[in-house]
Amino acid sequence: MYVVLATVSFLIALVPLVSILYVTIANGFAALNVDFFTQVTPPIGGTGGGILNAIEGSFVMIGIASVIGVPVGVFAGAYLTEFPGRFTYNVRLLAEVLTGVPSIVTGIFVYELLVATQHRFSALAGGVALGFMMIPIVAISTNESLKLVSSSIREGGLALGISRAKTLIYILLSTARSGVITGIALSVARVMGETAPLLFTALGSQFLMTSINDPASSMTLLIYNFGTAPYANSHVFAWGAAFVLLLIVLSLNILVRVASRLKVSGAE
Amino acid sequence: MPNESRARRTARPPNFFLIILIVPAIVIPVIIVLMLYEIGNGSIDAMRAFGLSFLFGTEWIPNPPQGGLPVLGALPAIYGSVVTTTLSLILAVPVSLGVALFQAELSPRALRVPSVFLVEMLAAVPSVVYGLWALVVLVPFMRDFINPNLSATLGFLPLFSGPTNGLGMLTAGVILAIMIIPYASSVMREVIAAVPRSQREASLALGATNWETIRTSVLPFARTGIVAAVVLALGRAIGETMAVTMVIGNVARISPSLFLPAYTIPSVIANEFTEVAGNTIYLSALFELGLILFAIAFIMNLLGRVLITRLTLRTRGGAIV
Repeated sequence: MYVVLATVSFLIALVPLVSILYVTIANGFAALNVDFFTQVTPPIGGTGGGILNAIEGSFVMIGIASVIGVPVGVFAGAYLTEFPGRFTYNVRLLAEVLTGVPSIVTGIFVYELLVATQHRFSALAGGVALGFMMIPIVAISTNESLKLVSSSIREGGLALGISRAKTLIYILLSTARSGVITGIALSVARVMGETAPLLFTALGSQFLMTSINDPASSMTLLIYNFGTAPYANSHVFAWGAAFVLLLIVLSLNILVRVASRLKVSGAE
Repeated sequence: MPNESRARRTARPPNFFLIILIVPAIVIPVIIVLMLYEIGNGSIDAMRAFGLSFLFGTEWIPNPPQGGLPVLGALPAIYGSVVTTTLSLILAVPVSLGVALFQAELSPRALRVPSVFLVEMLAAVPSVVYGLWALVVLVPFMRDFINPNLSATLGFLPLFSGPTNGLGMLTAGVILAIMIIPYASSVMREVIAAVPRSQREASLALGATNWETIRTSVLPFARTGIVAAVVLALGRAIGETMAVTMVIGNVARISPSLFLPAYTIPSVIANEFTEVAGNTIYLSALFELGLILFAIAFIMNLLGRVLITRLTLRTRGGAIV
């Protein structure tokens, strides 16, 4: 009886997933053509054109976010593992809390920090907002991955006379490599799907960027703006972008999980 | 003095390793402090203009037609947030518990990994895609199927009175519930799996059935963790912006009927931030709403994490991120 209830709950949870996949593929696939990937967006309501500016914006901002998020996150995670203590415990707790900050709050924070001060919306501000979101995620996953490395490996390195810094970089991070990369890839997949922090930082744009100080569009902003517009022409673009975005995000998630499961069952 | 200079020359070198690693770690609290500072700074104008009455004001008129200062109160947004979040928890918590039990205890072993994987995919879908799907599938479903039936059976309740076009608090509650199920169920699954085997085995050895074991030995043990999952899901739901903005109708009104459109705190900010146009008190009020949102999410998250830490210490189990 209770097995039935649990199974039914599970199936209830699956229904939206199946529906989303079906509807996105059905509506989005029809929107794809060569123009879609090579031209910029038309004005809302217009036909013709593509989502090149959105694709460019998404990738540029994720690049900026990674430049900020990956080094800071990985080394912060390494600090949390190498120097346990009261301060470290609190920083780890703060990192977990930071992952729970609503993304729109991060957006208005970076607005005040970078957009209001520089008097312009920019891809840089958008990338920084996404980077601030990446830092705690990467830090926590790096911390967890490094914790799994057995202490005998660290002790072996130190016993051979290798400095703590080199032990960390050449031995520990190499051993925990797959976990760290998984964390980075998952955080990239997560911020790729974010819209709210970009609403008031990158703002959105109809054109390709000339520099990172220009406003920029992203696939998520495009889905939001074109999806809520009252024109059927615009909806076509929204679905196409949703299809591409979902494809990228889900593929990244699947790839990462399959790779780490193969590693776990194969090697160690 | 010769002794001092010799002492200085032979002192232990600074730990550069520590210095290089501690800088990125300090960035994390610095970001939080900076965030509080900037958002607090931005809210000062509104706090001075409205004071405490901002939290209880029911009117949201940024540009009064007769001119003069804006009359802004956060209560419609707070009301909408509270109602949609509560609704989403009512819908999602039982389903999440069922999913977690299915994944941790009740499914055949071969289905364990795929079932976890599928629910994780649900979590990976971007919020705007949920919103777009909701506009095309959920809203018509609510408008044409669920809401009329609710009206027919429970329409005497003020909760389900009035007309509906599918955009409103009920639909927002449903989409929020769908979005927090993966999050809540994964935390619940971890705490259920962390219950020591000795508890289960003792119960089974005493002759209990599978369900009795779950009910008497596993769930009470995991109780703190399940509460933590609910608290964390609450924190997540209250900050959810895009999907809710697309289905809630975006009207600053407090209405008893769940069918009617409303506002949530993130939706107000998302919708109106770019329409401020030099109205500094308006912008400041939006920042103050952001501050309120930050405070609620911060407290919920902290509470949830502390509960989980207490549970982890008790079971000496693994880490729950």
